[in-house]
Amino acid sequence: MSVNEKIREILAEQALLSPSDISDDASLEDIGIDSMGVVEVIFAIEEAFSIEVPFNANDPQASAFDVSSVAAITAAVNQLIAEQKAAG
Amino acid sequence: MTRRVVITGQGAISALGATAKTTVDGMLEGRCAISALEFSNADRLAVGIGGQIKGYAPSEHFTRAELALFDPFTQFAVLSAREAVTQSGLAFDDALSLRSGVVLGSAGGGLQTQDENYRLVYEEGKNRVHPFVVPRLMMNAGSSQLSMIFGLRGACYTIATACASSNHAMGQAFHAIRSGSADVILTGGSDSMLCFGGLKAWEGLRVMSSDGCRPFCATRNGMVQGEGAAVFVFEELEHARARGAEILAEVAGFSMTADAGDIVVPNQDGAARAISGALADGGLSPAQVGYVNAHGTATAVNDRTEIAALRTALGPAADAVAVSSTKSMHGHIMGGTGAVELLSCIAAVKDGLLAPTVNYNTPDPECDLDIVANDAREATVDVAISNAFAFGGLNAVLALKRFA
Repeated sequence: MSVNEKIREILAEQALLSPSDISDDASLEDIGIDSMGVVEVIFAIEEAFSIEVPFNANDPQASAFDVSSVAAITAAVNQLIAEQKAAG
Repeated sequence: MTRRVVITGQGAISALGATAKTTVDGMLEGRCAISALEFSNADRLAVGIGGQIKGYAPSEHFTRAELALFDPFTQFAVLSAREAVTQSGLAFDDALSLRSGVVLGSAGGGLQTQDENYRLVYEEGKNRVHPFVVPRLMMNAGSSQLSMIFGLRGACYTIATACASSNHAMGQAFHAIRSGSADVILTGGSDSMLCFGGLKAWEGLRVMSSDGCRPFCATRNGMVQGEGAAVFVFEELEHARARGAEILAEVAGFSMTADAGDIVVPNQDGAARAISGALADGGLSPAQVGYVNAHGTATAVNDRTEIAALRTALGPAADAVAVSSTKSMHGHIMGGTGAVELLSCIAAVKDGLLAPTVNYNTPDPECDLDIVANDAREATVDVAISNAFAFGGLNAVLALKRFA
């Protein structure tokens, strides 16, 4: 399963949708995930990919982790996997 | 005739100081006591700062037998109560002890005892724990120990309403004395949740700041935890007068409300109703309020919601009110925080000194009241209110009046 597929699976579970209903340009708001849901999604992503995600629920816009769309999340997770693998 | 309730003793311990006096002095100096956390596995935390009490040696204050029974949250409550009772000058004879009680607030109770003993059985594989784990960790341990130490035989209990616990507790103590069911109550709150398990749970919520607590500041990015306690002697006015006690302040009003909304997101209406209710309970008007010790956690949503609630509750008088959050100095003491913060309300009405919000560097248009920024201020204050708004949507507000 690709990173993008796994992220869609996580989002689908949180949003009570099918992964095929979630497009790459959808925002979390579009699929009905609220601010507490975002925190749960970040946790699931950390567990699934064994990474640490820099995310502050106080101010999601200011966080280094871009959650504006499914594509943005995928790109950010790919980057974190690469960085954190390199750092060992 | 209406019974009135006054405060005749105060005691505390926090990161700012080991007594009420040193804690208040620290607040008025605008000293930030938030520092790097020091305990086992702290290096595995993403948030490495807190208002931790350092340089504290339990064995200087308690016997070995007491320490077997006293979790840190109980130790802090006992130290605070000793100081408060000594200041009050009260002696609990047989008759008074039947008319006296204890009401404390705590959110975590003996969390450190739980954390350490779960570690022993799960991580170290031990098959037995110390025989007193249960009486050490129970939520009412602090209240019950105070009852035993001072021989207080009336109502004694602990209230757990998360971050509003000690305000709820002090409100119950106030109403119990006013209604005539007690003459003296030791009341306040205590918490000590600065351990690996305690903070790991909070990290999960992602509302903690890793670089400082900046309430009402545009650059705020979350709360910082603290630990400690404060305990007060609440006493019926004529009882205090008859023995010539020094009166620190009058407890004038209290109100509590529930948002019936969200488990973590605060609500302006619930907070505003609690503030208005506390003033109404004390027969006070918004124009009398000179100082607000805000809940002021430094999360984005708490602070702007709290300011909006103050505007709703106080109306045009809100612009004349000085507001500060001392959490910026001692951290968020959870179930003990309202009690420690009541110290600043007493300083306001009794001494005319307003403790500041430190670490404040950039005004936030959404927090546009008169924030006492960085330096203490002198002002004559007739009425001070103390806000506490808890997870679970539970709000509790106390109003103190200058005693003259």
